[in-house]
Amino acid sequence: MTKSNFTRRGVLKTGATAGAGLAVPTVFTGAVWADGHTGFTNAPQGDTVTLGFNVPQSGPYADEGADELRAFELAVEHLNGEGDGGMLQTFSEKNLDGTGILGKKVAFVTGDTQTKSDAARASARSMIEKDGAIMVSGGSSSGVAVAVQALCQEAGIIFMAGLTHSNDTTGKDKKANGFRHFFNSYMSGAALAPILAAQYGEDRKAYHLTADYNWGYTTQEAVQSSTEAMGWETVNSVLTPLTQTDFSSYIAPVLQSDADILVLNHYGGNMVNSLTNAVQFGLRDREVNGKKFEIVVPLYSELMARGAGENIAGILGSQNWDWKLENELGERYSGTNAFVKSFGEKYGFPPSQAAHTCYVQTLLYADAVTRAGSFNPCAVAEALEGFEFDGLGNGPTLYRADDHQCFKDVVVVRGKESPENEFDLVEIVEVTPADQVTYEPDHPQFAGGSLGECNPGA
Amino acid sequence: MTDQAQHAPAATPKPAAPARAKGGSLLGLGRKDFMLLLFVAALILFAPFLLNPFPAGSAMAQFNAGYPDLMQRFVIFGIFAIGFNILFGLTGYLSFGHAAFLGVGSYAGIWMMKLLTLNVIPAIVASVVVAGLFSLVVGFISLRRSGIYFSILTLAFAMMSYALAYSVLTPITGGETGLQLKYFDPRVLDAPLEAGVTPRANLFGIDMQASTNMRFGAWIFTLNAGYYIAGVVMLIAFYLSIRLFRSPFGMMLRAVKSNQNRLNYTGISPKPYTLAAFVISGMYAGLAGGLLVAMDTQVGAERMFWTASGEVVLMTILGGAGTLIGPVLGSGFIKYFENIVSKINESTLNAWFSFLPDGLQDVVVAIIYPFVGKGWHLTLGLLFMAVVIFLPGGLVQGGQKLVTVFRRDRKSADAEKAAAEQRQTQE
Repeated sequence: MTKSNFTRRGVLKTGATAGAGLAVPTVFTGAVWADGHTGFTNAPQGDTVTLGFNVPQSGPYADEGADELRAFELAVEHLNGEGDGGMLQTFSEKNLDGTGILGKKVAFVTGDTQTKSDAARASARSMIEKDGAIMVSGGSSSGVAVAVQALCQEAGIIFMAGLTHSNDTTGKDKKANGFRHFFNSYMSGAALAPILAAQYGEDRKAYHLTADYNWGYTTQEAVQSSTEAMGWETVNSVLTPLTQTDFSSYIAPVLQSDADILVLNHYGGNMVNSLTNAVQFGLRDREVNGKKFEIVVPLYSELMARGAGENIAGILGSQNWDWKLENELGERYSGTNAFVKSFGEKYGFPPSQAAHTCYVQTLLYADAVTRAGSFNPCAVAEALEGFEFDGLGNGPTLYRADDHQCFKDVVVVRGKESPENEFDLVEIVEVTPADQVTYEPDHPQFAGGSLGECNPGA
Repeated sequence: MTDQAQHAPAATPKPAAPARAKGGSLLGLGRKDFMLLLFVAALILFAPFLLNPFPAGSAMAQFNAGYPDLMQRFVIFGIFAIGFNILFGLTGYLSFGHAAFLGVGSYAGIWMMKLLTLNVIPAIVASVVVAGLFSLVVGFISLRRSGIYFSILTLAFAMMSYALAYSVLTPITGGETGLQLKYFDPRVLDAPLEAGVTPRANLFGIDMQASTNMRFGAWIFTLNAGYYIAGVVMLIAFYLSIRLFRSPFGMMLRAVKSNQNRLNYTGISPKPYTLAAFVISGMYAGLAGGLLVAMDTQVGAERMFWTASGEVVLMTILGGAGTLIGPVLGSGFIKYFENIVSKINESTLNAWFSFLPDGLQDVVVAIIYPFVGKGWHLTLGLLFMAVVIFLPGGLVQGGQKLVTVFRRDRKSADAEKAAAEQRQTQE
């Protein structure tokens, strides 16, 4: 027996549902699709363009991350025509006029990489998938940079690397959509070696302590090969766990060896601790083979120098940039003072090299988009490849097409004996010119990768 | 059984109850469990819509969570937490090293994609198998002790695995940089890729990243292939966990939790049961690890770090240990905080409160700012404390309390009874 009970309400309900169902397909067609894409991922709609700034806000490099974020905010301000314009006045290209990028106002989103590649990728993916970021920048460790760079390649947006020093970022893990302004391990080694030889002599025996991860390996390899080419001998090379906080057990064997140089391939907290231990063990006051014992730290940073305090005095290392460059070495490094001035006025202290590279990367991206006349990643990549520029604080610089690495002078610095304030901890020893740190794209330390094709995404 | 069936409709006054349910079990589940499964299935199916309640471009769009990456993480960490709950919720053994199995699964998965094929099936199977074998070894050793000693042993194993992956085994794990797919990997089952082509994970040709955008006026909903594949896997994982909870085996595990000595005296050795539970939950973790790799083809050693192990403990406790749906809710809660609240920055806050007068705006922003953005850990910590203190049963208990407050019928607790009677007299 069947019993049908059509009610007025039931019929109305069914009708409404069916109607809505029939209407659905028309919602998907026509205008709603047309404005969605113009051939690449996250093509900017409306009058704003969104950039993603992915920096460590927690974890061991949170200080660097905070400084990077300040620089990004400053760069966005300058691009939008607020503030004093900073390096826009000194930049050799005059395409940026303070009206945003291609007339679109620059907006930005921020994320926390936690200095973990998983978290960094999650954060970058949310910027791309949710916020519609057209470019991602930032990062302050090479593992994170490599991971996010690969993600951007997959998603089809541009990655402008922040602080990443490992050779791999533009070596075996390079990508067509990724660009690095910061210098690398090889350049540190090449820049340091001649100055080390000049300062400490060519007949030296070096002992390496190396942080046990990729950046440590590439740095140790670079410094070792460069110094050995100068006539140094490498006595021993010991890997130290990244989580190590007390390096006494690694320093003691140095005293037993006949080494007269200690190279600390450490960064961040590792370096602060190992250097402090080394100084406590009296290495600085030691004499071996009739020569004064010396310590070298290949990659210096202001924030590390602050952590190590007076132990840093007299120790040589290399930097990508320093805020005193233009004052001490003149015109060639123009842009430095303009940036330091606007950064200082906004935040009350001079910027770190991490802040500098992030600021410059943002400007370079904006300029490349303007020159290309499009936000399409492939057009932007083409505009950046082989691009020569000046006035961004590092002197004349080349963005090499073969590996998307910037080539410019490298600053060799020394810890000050008696710093006047906490921001002026290092003195510039010398600047190694760009051609001395330039290498072939297929150099063995960089071999094994391929840029691949640029990917504009959907 | 009939007794239960007669009472159940009174508790859930849903007219949609299928008539078949009265006859006994569906898919081997009781009616209540079946409804729960349907509920989870509906959540998975409609998540892209439920999680995007605010129109794109509006100020509240910041809180939208319906984008592929986060939805994938919701279901994958849901699986991880469901598996952890089988061990912790049923046997009471608190493992502090479960992230190791997730990591091992991930590495196994990506190696399958490097060596065999870009299809995700072999990768996921390998993840489960390898994580299962690894958990068998770890469990065999760790389960010789219980309580805090067991926790410390598992923690030690996990940190050992992390250290191995981060540096010692760099040739296999890629060290700090991790592993990614390369175009020149020797995928024996696939045709070789051209130089520079980005390898993409797929399921018989369906790209995991393939998405369709649906627009309804200002609203945009993203339907992602990878998410729905992960969602189906989670539904299966959830179903298996219900079956396990309701099985005699599950009862044995609860017996281990309530009194292990008594079990020993009755002549039953709990070891095989706990080891089986440990391995099953390790396999769940491996499954989650494999899916993570399938959705995002990259592995970093950090996912084995102790904080990752701690996170799954938080997820389970926050949601409600020993309950079926609790871990899923807890994982969603934590991942939401990690990905949404952490991205609220000072300029976003300023934009929200721009309607306030200048001075007041600064004050409000200054008060809220420490709790969002990089301060999301702080907010999460406070919430976790609140949950543990006021809702020891987790979010599930919170939900039950809410239901009783609103229902206010005779079944409710005494405190509510008064309110219910009062309401009835008013009517």
